Amino acid sequence: MAKITSLDDLRKIKKNLEEQISLREKAENPESLVQIKVGMATSGIAAGAKEIFTFLVDELEKRNIPAIVTQTGDMGYSYAEPTVEVKLPGQEPVVFGWVTKERADEIIEKYIRNGELVEGIIPQNYKTIDDK
Amino acid sequence: MGTYKYHILVCGGTGCKSSQSAQIVQNLNEEIKANNLENFVKVVTTGCFGFCERGPIVKVLPDNSFYNYVKPEDAKEIINEHIIKGRRVERLLFRDPVTNKPVTDSKHINFYQKQLRIVLRNCGVIDPENIEEYIARDGYLALYKCLNELKPNEVIDIIKRSGLRGRGGAGFPTGVKWEIAAASPGPEKYVVCNADEGDPGAFMDRSVLEGDPHSVLEAMAICGYAIGAPHGLIYIRAEYPMAIKRLKIAIKQAEEYGLLGKNIFGSDFSFDIELRYGAGAFVCGEETALIHSMEGNRGEPTVKPPYPAVSGYKGKPTNVNNVETFANISPIILRGPEWFASIGTEKSKGTKVFALAGKINNVGLIEVPMGITLREIIYEIGGGIKNGKKFKAVQTGGPSGGCLTEKHLDTPIEYETLVAAGSMMGSGGMIVMDEDDCMVSVAKFYLDFTVEESCGKCAPCRIGNKRLSEILDKITKGNGTMEDIELLKNLCMVIKDTALCGLGQTSPNPVQSTLENFWDEYVEHIVDKKCRANKCKDLIHYYIDPENCTGCMACARKCPVNAIVGERKQVHVINQDLCTKCGTCLETCKFNAVYII
Repeated sequence: MAKITSLDDLRKIKKNLEEQISLREKAENPESLVQIKVGMATSGIAAGAKEIFTFLVDELEKRNIPAIVTQTGDMGYSYAEPTVEVKLPGQEPVVFGWVTKERADEIIEKYIRNGELVEGIIPQNYKTIDDK
Repeated sequence: MGTYKYHILVCGGTGCKSSQSAQIVQNLNEEIKANNLENFVKVVTTGCFGFCERGPIVKVLPDNSFYNYVKPEDAKEIINEHIIKGRRVERLLFRDPVTNKPVTDSKHINFYQKQLRIVLRNCGVIDPENIEEYIARDGYLALYKCLNELKPNEVIDIIKRSGLRGRGGAGFPTGVKWEIAAASPGPEKYVVCNADEGDPGAFMDRSVLEGDPHSVLEAMAICGYAIGAPHGLIYIRAEYPMAIKRLKIAIKQAEEYGLLGKNIFGSDFSFDIELRYGAGAFVCGEETALIHSMEGNRGEPTVKPPYPAVSGYKGKPTNVNNVETFANISPIILRGPEWFASIGTEKSKGTKVFALAGKINNVGLIEVPMGITLREIIYEIGGGIKNGKKFKAVQTGGPSGGCLTEKHLDTPIEYETLVAAGSMMGSGGMIVMDEDDCMVSVAKFYLDFTVEESCGKCAPCRIGNKRLSEILDKITKGNGTMEDIELLKNLCMVIKDTALCGLGQTSPNPVQSTLENFWDEYVEHIVDKKCRANKCKDLIHYYIDPENCTGCMACARKCPVNAIVGERKQVHVINQDLCTKCGTCLETCKFNAVYII
């Protein structure tokens, strides 16, 4: 990696990543790239987020659903861990809490395949500085 | 939306559940069935919306209609009108409190979104191990702006004007701290990040480091530029292995990208960051003790002045800030001090992250603007008290803080108001207690913590706190006298006045605030030999009510010390001499025959 020495370099990385994301959104096949984030701070991992993360990665591959699964930090919903955020292309992200392997399976089969919502949704109850 | 055209989300948070949201779900499903809409509409129960006050909440997707105060009998109308005829049920729609117009999309109900995330802006959003995701969210742009457009004193001026105060607890103005460090002679100076989060129940710093480590690294570099320090150190406790791992990855990535190290952004400014591990001593959160610990010496505080800004790490000027304080820096630089100062109250600007814990439904991490009330936090964001019990107190500020009660629920949360109420902001732990908590025991718990964590250097803290703890122990055992209360009061004052550092000066706070707010409970323990929460084992006795006892023998079998005697189908009796008061019989009995006096 070449060192970042200018504002343009920073902007380039930002633009690259934004383009990657919009490519995913505009992809032909609506199921092509689902984006999944698993809350994996200490508390999430203690609640079993690692198992869910592995399960999602393995199962999505087995079931031939192209998706990007990444880890992220604490979403703040300690009472509902493990938490998983699923963003279907072109849609608002949805956060599911209390995710067990069974629920993760349900999320894949019902929500990701069919857009059918399943139990355990945690509504967003905060504003971020980007909303203003 | 695949097979289903509509989704109806019904809040299943405890608040809404207690106002019959489960019945709403059932009624909706019956109506759906009656109209043969099973393949068309799906009802889903969700977690708490955070609008408990207006519950039960029902939201219809995809049009985002947001209904409040829904009753079970409204189910029919929602299905008939909204789903079948496509007309929203106006009377149930959430109305804007100012204009009184119905608001349809829940995303626009900003009035009711009490949380504002500045510090946690990237937490749970980006991959903390990928620097590019941070950069995509304007990461390192603030550092660029500082190095290329602002002089160091201008950076300090921005922080000063923003009104940001230290989030570690005491609330010293950050800009002023930077100014003092900048004025100290260099060139060898240090920026230290205090990540020694020690309050029981507080985990916001860990979450920031684990979820958004670059926000802290960037802010440390900005601070380094502002005060003229080329070195940064993060003092983190070894109990946070995940945070340490992610910080190491973040530092390595930032170095590879040239965002830390020599000549950042091609400028003359160089800055490096190293980690220093603490062994998890509470006192090392105090800045002078922290610095001694980093130097390899015993983690003991020393008298201030000299302040670290003048003589700190290795005797050089050192600026120490808390993790959460640093996480505020980049947004302030990018959005301007006026933006930050517009949030919060006159004296406390911006937001504060709290770790909500204890007897509350939505345990978790929240970030709220300063000036919000405890009531809003507990009943609206926190979803109220667990199991519908009665609120008793909330402990803020950890072992240095105090207990706030019902009468403080509507006090706006600021540094000053909390101190005036006998507690303090602290690092942001917030432990909620209900009627089952004994306040004398709570005070004793915190005292035992400080006794354990006292470094032992000064007598008031080492000896005084131990005596406080002993008196409290005596009271909880039922051996206290009214003179003991006077002794407690006096001792508290002496310790506060004479202890060397913040730990000792604040350690009597839990005792003082419980004495102030729960005087009755102390008197009950001493005079009546009673603990109303049934927590003090020496003051309670378990008995079996002969009327209700069926002689099922369940309790006798479970009793770990065989203190319960009785034949099958005969009334059982507890042998008080053997009973250890573990409460197993009470939990086991299905006939409510076991009771406590």
